[in-house]
Amino acid sequence: MNNKVIWTKKDLLGLEYLSREEIELILYTAESFKEVTTRQIKKVPALRGKTVVNLFYEPSTRTRTSFELAAKRLSADVINMQVESSSVRKGETLIDTGRNIEALKIDIIVVRHDCSGAPNILARAVKSSVVNAGDGWHEHPTQALLDIFTLKSKIGRTEGLNVSIIGDIAHSRVARSNIWGLTKLGAKVTVCAPDTLIPDGIEKMGVKVTTDLDEALEEADAINVLRMQLERDSRNAFPSRLEYFKRYGITKERLKKCKKEIVVMHPGPINRGVEISSEIADGPNSVILEQVTNGIAVRMAVLYLVANPKSAL
Amino acid sequence: MKEYLIKNGRVIDPANRIDDVADVVISEGKIEKIGKDLNGRSLQIIDAKGKFVVPGLIDLHTHLREPGREDEETVLSGTRAAIRGGFTTVVCMPNTEPALDNPKTIKQVKTIIKKDALCNVLIAGTITDGRAGKKLSKFEAMKGEGIVAISDDGSPVEDGHIMFSALKEAKKESLLVIDHCEDLKLSTRGVINKGFISTKMGLHGMPKEAEYERVRRDLGLAKKASSRIHIAHVSCKESVELIRKAKANGVKVTCETAPHYFALTEECCVTYDTNTKMNPPLRTTGDVNAIKEALSDGTIDAIATDHAPHTDSEKGVEFDFAPFGVIGLETALSLAAVELVERGALSWPDAILKMSTNPARILGLDKGGLKTGGQADIVIIDPNKEYVYEEESIESKCKNSPFIGWRLKAKVTHVFVAGELVMNDEVIIYAAEMIGRL
Repeated sequence: MNNKVIWTKKDLLGLEYLSREEIELILYTAESFKEVTTRQIKKVPALRGKTVVNLFYEPSTRTRTSFELAAKRLSADVINMQVESSSVRKGETLIDTGRNIEALKIDIIVVRHDCSGAPNILARAVKSSVVNAGDGWHEHPTQALLDIFTLKSKIGRTEGLNVSIIGDIAHSRVARSNIWGLTKLGAKVTVCAPDTLIPDGIEKMGVKVTTDLDEALEEADAINVLRMQLERDSRNAFPSRLEYFKRYGITKERLKKCKKEIVVMHPGPINRGVEISSEIADGPNSVILEQVTNGIAVRMAVLYLVANPKSAL
Repeated sequence: MKEYLIKNGRVIDPANRIDDVADVVISEGKIEKIGKDLNGRSLQIIDAKGKFVVPGLIDLHTHLREPGREDEETVLSGTRAAIRGGFTTVVCMPNTEPALDNPKTIKQVKTIIKKDALCNVLIAGTITDGRAGKKLSKFEAMKGEGIVAISDDGSPVEDGHIMFSALKEAKKESLLVIDHCEDLKLSTRGVINKGFISTKMGLHGMPKEAEYERVRRDLGLAKKASSRIHIAHVSCKESVELIRKAKANGVKVTCETAPHYFALTEECCVTYDTNTKMNPPLRTTGDVNAIKEALSDGTIDAIATDHAPHTDSEKGVEFDFAPFGVIGLETALSLAAVELVERGALSWPDAILKMSTNPARILGLDKGGLKTGGQADIVIIDPNKEYVYEEESIESKCKNSPFIGWRLKAKVTHVFVAGELVMNDEVIIYAAEMIGRL
């Protein structure tokens, strides 16, 4: 770890915008907070007197809970705001909402939004820190950070690792953030999906593209299995759940041909029998629940860093 | 009415193939004389040494928003913007609220124009009632109120049969059909160009096919109907190639592009600045090069602004929710100077050709040149004046420009509309008696 790296950013909007060193700083910081989460008293005063607002335009229990716990374990005060989301909003604009929240003298806005780029727009409009908790299909940086954190703690490195991301790449912010983060940290990333779920020009993000699951699994040290968003417009992109499971589902059979120690990740919530079988989800290669645990440490690190820009550990 | 003598300017008139230092005398609203060393004691003299004296620019594509959206623009504010940018004539698009789809509404707009316009405002009526693409509007009756073109701009005419009928009927009335080419089934919910940039930004992409497949259809329909057609806001290489080929095959097609399509690429969208959201969307570097080449070789006849004002509150939202469009009247000439003339794509006379002479020809107007006896719509340009385009300088009611903060070159200093000095040394003159005389 290069100790000279300091965090200077007000916001965390996406991993595209971070350097390798900044990503490593977050992961390094998360290590120390991980230790906190294993204590009897899981609380440190790092953000005492600070206020974090969870501004969610999309329903989310998991990510919001994780951010809420992360903030509370740093002794911050937390407010949760769930905003009705629809394309024709009659009420306040995003920027007005942001400025009104800011007028309450808060410090960090954690925003989840169904529109890509909403956190970028909000961050320009307010002086408070903005942390992206997932925007449209754009980025979900803390999810990718916790995925990478988990991977590193399992395998010990990211450099040179073969990581395959499998599933609906086109509509996945998790995929995009993972691609930026992993490639910056020297991993070799393959994306695998049916043709219709591979977006234009994705190879320019520095990944290998395949529609063949066996090819994606062959060399993989780790796989990240994406949730099939059955409710989104990927609906028409493949014939049926059963068909998808047959061709792209992660099963015991499929993993037989893989490296024995292959790490299986999933951002959750899982659709058992659609993208992954229960056997694998609950099996020895799965780190799905560790990801959830690590999410808190990673989000503590992010909140801590954005609240204290220009600070190095 | 005052008389003016413009001294020692470089007179550029592509219509009459003039490019020479000369003097111009304006009297009784007309160009009285063009020649060397002209004099006259009673005349107000304007020194144009080192400047260009050109026919007033003509914009084929302006959204003035009146009636209905006076919060965005009015005839008054929009024509102020036009004057600032050197336009003495604009064609206002009919996608107002209500749409300009009937003689009565058009008559009302004419009343507003007569009262408020600082420059010539010509009117485009709709192709279909309410721009809904279902029923042809009454071309003859609208023509009776003086419209110069028809367009459903903002929306395409989805039904090919209706478009074919429109082309045939428009021909009977000698009306120009200005075609917004977009296949809605292909552009769907797209907000920027489809490709790597839309992928990494996680935005719905509009594929180029949405534009050029519709260009292809309508070129075919125009050929079959032996009608003229004018393709609006050409943005991509494939459209250019189709139009080039159609022209070679004798299809009566003309087309325009807008400054943002030769000055910007989709890369500009990456900050989610909603002022980079337009329809058609900003494309790739390859497309920008194709647009420049097509301007050079004459495939693209005209540069039009597609001036589309939207308020801060409309634009200050999520990228997905922001309306398409940018203002453009006040920057078009400078962008042509910086992006085309300085980079060698067009000479100055060719730039004036694309922004005045050709638009006049496309509309069949007796404008776009500087002939003796013609209406004195004249603009003086300081081609070397450099400036930073600042929000505070904007005349339009809306500030939705992606060019704010850009270092630009070439500034309009004087504007004559029908012989009236409307802008003098960069100061727009309000004269009550002047308005309404155009």
